[in-house]
Amino acid sequence: MIYKVMAKSEFKRFTDALLRDNTSFGPRQVDSDSRGNAVYQFLPVTSSDDVAYDYTSTASSAKHFFLPFREELSRFVFRDQEWDQQITYEANPIVLIGLRPCDISALNILDDVLLNGHFPSPYYLAKRKNTFVIGMDHLPLADCFCKSMNHHTISTGFNVFCSDIGEDYYVSINSSKAFNFLKEFNTRDPRDDDNCRLVERRKIISDSFLSEVDVTALPSILDIEFDSPVWEKWGNKCLNCGTCAMVCPTCYCYSVEESFETNLKSAVRHKRLYSCNLVDFAEVAGGHNFRPKNGDRLKYRYYHQHRGFAENANQQICVGCNRCGRACLAGINPKDVINDLRMEKESCLTNISSSPGRI
Amino acid sequence: MKHLGYTFEKLKIASFDFTCCEGCQLQLANRESTLTDFLELLDIRNFRELSSEQHDDYDIALIEGSISRQDEIERLQAIRRQAKTLVAFGTCACFGGVNSMKKKFPLKESIAEVYPGMPVQTMLVKKICEVVKVDFSIPGCPVNKEEVERIMVCLATGSHVTLPKHPVCVECKAQLNTCMFELGEICLGPITRAGCNAVCTTGKTSCLGCRGPSEEINMPAFVKLVKDRELSLDELQEKIAFYNAFDGFNSHET
Repeated sequence: MIYKVMAKSEFKRFTDALLRDNTSFGPRQVDSDSRGNAVYQFLPVTSSDDVAYDYTSTASSAKHFFLPFREELSRFVFRDQEWDQQITYEANPIVLIGLRPCDISALNILDDVLLNGHFPSPYYLAKRKNTFVIGMDHLPLADCFCKSMNHHTISTGFNVFCSDIGEDYYVSINSSKAFNFLKEFNTRDPRDDDNCRLVERRKIISDSFLSEVDVTALPSILDIEFDSPVWEKWGNKCLNCGTCAMVCPTCYCYSVEESFETNLKSAVRHKRLYSCNLVDFAEVAGGHNFRPKNGDRLKYRYYHQHRGFAENANQQICVGCNRCGRACLAGINPKDVINDLRMEKESCLTNISSSPGRI
Repeated sequence: MKHLGYTFEKLKIASFDFTCCEGCQLQLANRESTLTDFLELLDIRNFRELSSEQHDDYDIALIEGSISRQDEIERLQAIRRQAKTLVAFGTCACFGGVNSMKKKFPLKESIAEVYPGMPVQTMLVKKICEVVKVDFSIPGCPVNKEEVERIMVCLATGSHVTLPKHPVCVECKAQLNTCMFELGEICLGPITRAGCNAVCTTGKTSCLGCRGPSEEINMPAFVKLVKDRELSLDELQEKIAFYNAFDGFNSHET
């Protein structure tokens, strides 16, 4: 990693050049909600002025730039008794500006699952390698709990990361491409006072978290609490709408559909991002549904998020952005569900334990 | 048509309208990009919006509209006797649709208001499945032509006809729309069957549930959501009743 300090005005010149010459996406305000709060999404930007640098969090994550909601996997063209399969992994290069540390952490987690596992995805790889990521730090929202998940800082997974140190950005440069771009602009090596300002900024961010989720031993608690009544309680609230998984930066589960084109001369295989909370997620041919109950489906989403599956060595995939909690119309959020689960477990502490006491 | 060694027969199809606006049938002539391919799948035997020829030897009958007169019942029963596959086509056919609002008023009052001084034979609206057996439904006000094409391809190739089981929210989120509830509106998206690509909410209009309930909807949780946000239960009731598609789900329970 190479560190530079760059005046904000110079950074604007840099991004203007980058955004003008590349297909780029960054945070933009799309609405004001009924309480008067701005709603942001990652949308096309063509200049620095388009980017809402002071945005809080986007309602949907940046996941869909790498895992589109619907993606063509292959095409089959019929001839006589045979068919030809056509597959393309090409992805046009894009620039993503304004990602938060948790968003970049989410990409690193997706890398683990989709690139470093047993079955690397060439579709994902093409998009990931062709995306130039500019991260920006921010003060947490009241309900962000990324610090609890240790995803409030980031050291890999981006090309450039900017920490706001007043008049300047403290820039971490993590790729040769980024280094070469930045050569054209005025930067300087960090001085002592810059380093101090960076440390101070990090401390302010770290001290600003209002939400905390105790994730100590959470995977084992989840294992033990498989049959907990907590799942049915929260499951009964669930609308089965799948919103949580759609806005989540790491939910990657999908369904595959194969369909004829209307001319019957070819067919397409599509991948569609899906949610384990949807009623037919675990339905199989013949109509049997392995998870017909809301509570079971909700439980499995929490297991995948907070206990981890084998694909990425049982690592938790939640980064603590709380997009799911903010978007859930039924008020289901990781903080409350996990705390409830913990309380449920701790309610048995009044029983006499055979563990040795403190000496 | 012959592909991969299989021979596909064209679908001998007819389309009939009952109490409706004929907008769903008109959708069949929409989506020009694939229209010729679509028509290539069909042997249209009877469809007054597309062809002046009329034959009675169809296998598939698309039924648009609800039933509101005695003579419609007889006509529908005759179609049922001929059709091997009868499809409830569009929201009016599937659920009764907007026409069902008539049931909120005494019949005489409705007639006096709409056709003053004229003798009109009318009755309370029935959905198609209340009169004859329906083989499957394609909901929507209007139907989504893309979905109709997909289903016709399924019929032509002999594959299983399905509709999405999940609610509109999935498609709405994929459009990066701001949730209508966040904008202070009651939206039926969370309880309505997907397949419309969230066309209304993408246009910043709340979902009125034209495609009917998605599977296993959680009505108590939905009503709670409306209450918790201090939105009007009367408005909720009005929206739920709009297409008569949520019959059997009482929005005032819990």
